[in-house]
Amino acid sequence: MAFEVPKTAYSGKIKEIKLGSGGKAVTVGGESSYPFYLFEGEMPHSPRIAMEVWDMPPQDWAPAALEPFQGVTDDPVAWAKKCIDDYGAEMICLQLISTDPNGLNRSADEATAVVKKVADAIDVPLIVWGTANHDKDTEVLRQVAEVCQGKNLIIGPVEEGDHKKIGAAAIGYHHTVISSTPIDINLAKQLNILLGNLGVSDDLIIVDPTVSCIGYGIEYCYSVMERMRMAGLTQQDEKLQFPLICNVSKEVWKTKEVHIPTAEDPKLGDAKKRGILLEAMSTMVLLLAGGDVMVMRHPEAIKLVREMITELTAAN
Amino acid sequence: MALTGIEIFKLLPKTNCKDCGEPTCLAFAMKLAAGKASLSACPHVSEESKAKLMEASAPPIIPVTIGVGDRVLKVGGETVMFRHEKRFENPPGLAILISDGMDDAEIDARLKRFNELQYERIGLLLRPDLVAVKAGGDAARFKAVVAKVKEKSGGGIILMSENADIMAAGLSVCADRKPLLYAATEANLDKMAALAKDNSCPLAVKADNVEKLAELTTRLTGAGIKELIIDSGSRALRRAFQDQIIIRSAALAKKFRPLGFPTIVFPAEMTDNPMKEAVIAAMFVAKYGSIIVLSDFQGESLFPLLVERLNVYTDPQRPLATKEGIYEIGKPNENSPVLITSNFSLTYFIVSGEVETSKIPSYLLVKDTEGLSVMTAWAAGKFVADAIAPFVKKCGIADMVKHHKLVIPGYAAAESGGLEEELPGWEVQVGPREGSNIPAYLKSWKP
Repeated sequence: MAFEVPKTAYSGKIKEIKLGSGGKAVTVGGESSYPFYLFEGEMPHSPRIAMEVWDMPPQDWAPAALEPFQGVTDDPVAWAKKCIDDYGAEMICLQLISTDPNGLNRSADEATAVVKKVADAIDVPLIVWGTANHDKDTEVLRQVAEVCQGKNLIIGPVEEGDHKKIGAAAIGYHHTVISSTPIDINLAKQLNILLGNLGVSDDLIIVDPTVSCIGYGIEYCYSVMERMRMAGLTQQDEKLQFPLICNVSKEVWKTKEVHIPTAEDPKLGDAKKRGILLEAMSTMVLLLAGGDVMVMRHPEAIKLVREMITELTAAN
Repeated sequence: MALTGIEIFKLLPKTNCKDCGEPTCLAFAMKLAAGKASLSACPHVSEESKAKLMEASAPPIIPVTIGVGDRVLKVGGETVMFRHEKRFENPPGLAILISDGMDDAEIDARLKRFNELQYERIGLLLRPDLVAVKAGGDAARFKAVVAKVKEKSGGGIILMSENADIMAAGLSVCADRKPLLYAATEANLDKMAALAKDNSCPLAVKADNVEKLAELTTRLTGAGIKELIIDSGSRALRRAFQDQIIIRSAALAKKFRPLGFPTIVFPAEMTDNPMKEAVIAAMFVAKYGSIIVLSDFQGESLFPLLVERLNVYTDPQRPLATKEGIYEIGKPNENSPVLITSNFSLTYFIVSGEVETSKIPSYLLVKDTEGLSVMTAWAAGKFVADAIAPFVKKCGIADMVKHHKLVIPGYAAAESGGLEEELPGWEVQVGPREGSNIPAYLKSWKP
């Protein structure tokens, strides 16, 4: 039977950006079709996974999430190295939890010292994620940008309220900024325009659409990301052609569902596997919507997602 | 696909007889085009026109039902590639695989899991839908296992055999439950078609690729079988994923009828690792599987899948809402904090999750805001002092705590003065704007 495979009419392409420096730098973006629609276009760079490292020992992680990092959670350098050496991390995402003014409120000096140590100790790209408090992030990330000149860090979240100061530091010391907006395609576009007006070049922007996980509104992020890809790929909207970063594991592992012990609710199955699957499945859903860099936590969830990416991009 | 009102008008009698209840044929045509009237309201339309209109108005992906009674499963009927374009219509059915080669204890255990693994979330019952029974080579054994499945579960049934005689044996004990017959292939097409037709059951069709599949469905629809479910045969991840997309876009974008049917996919046959199988299933929930067959059900994988399905199939135009009322988190007592928020389900989940994280037992009041978030509800006048106060009064919280202090969301801070006026005797406290700051707030809260 005469059957012609229908094809989407694409008119745009996602921008390629290089993250990090040196031999382990990675390039993401460059897609010319919807995610994994490889019969229609290309995905020259597979999505990448960044492993999460905290700058302080986590207080409330589920046992399953803590177990793989036993013994290193009080030392971000050792933690990051373990991710790279033992779990093959291609990128590290250092979450500056301790700088939260509503928490420990550690100073910018202290935070910068930790970032510098981690950045010097590893050769894979380093993402530095603040607390979304504009004043504090401005203070911390400006200092981080200066001290880590030449590393091409990925710093954020950069929001409308702090984009000028952090953006300027990123331009000055050549780092990539995470353009972050709350699950809204128009706000995302607007911030990308503002960053462009400020002078941040296109190859130094990655977009954080703000993500959540299964059970906590993942459908909103999913549709906003799909709309961004649609605008960028089929409607020539240049300000929505940036690669997307999803800081997802932090969201998954703070939910009620990953903290319920197996014995407390047997119908929810094994607690460890449940946590791993909620992370892997949430990440999978966001990959289908267009994620390029996925921040993940559990090595087994990462392994599952890596296999999915490999097989979805394998020779047909 | 859809005809315009003018195109429909040309096929109507144009007598303006008003028998349909509309003043003119044109008005009726316009209503038909908008989906607000049914063609059957016109007693005078010719058979020829009727056929043309039916053909043009048939959904691009045929809806198919499996099972009977309150467990009937409807799949297909989808109209968009992306959920934000309208919505996804019919959530995929999740099936557990039972092979007739398993021993009876294993079969019983699986049926028990099928029946027991159900979950309640925001007042909705989440549960799997189907039991797939796979035949070995013995018709009598297949029949016995099917009979057991029918007796012990109320869910829909998928009968799996490519041998028409064995299929007939299984069907003989459960035809009244309208099972899905899996599957017709090129080799058994006529016999399977006869079984489906004689028993009015939906039929799955399997081929080695999409082109072949289209040929087989064309033969079956030609033979008068309308309720089909299609399997492109791919079990390698990339091909299986692409087939789902190609099938849906052929049906929707090209109006290619031979592929305009719900699909069936088999994570169960794509890996030996149950964890990976769950992630593959998660992919198919988002990307176009209509029936998803899993090798087994375990809570740790079924629960996330059911919740994902609920999320992805939520109508983007109609946010999920939580029931208004008092929610107890932990074991609160008369000295526990009282917080109030809106009934947008996401708000509820985040706030209740953060309160739980704080480990401070609390009362959470959920005010009906028609599913709007705090800020939107506040702006729309649904989360303001004179809407909140009557709810606080009538819900009975005043009798449950001694302190009469009410914590309102930071985003509704402007209401604190008005609320204290409307709620004499209450002290209104302004809580954090963001859920993530609730634990710190509650830890320092004093009655």
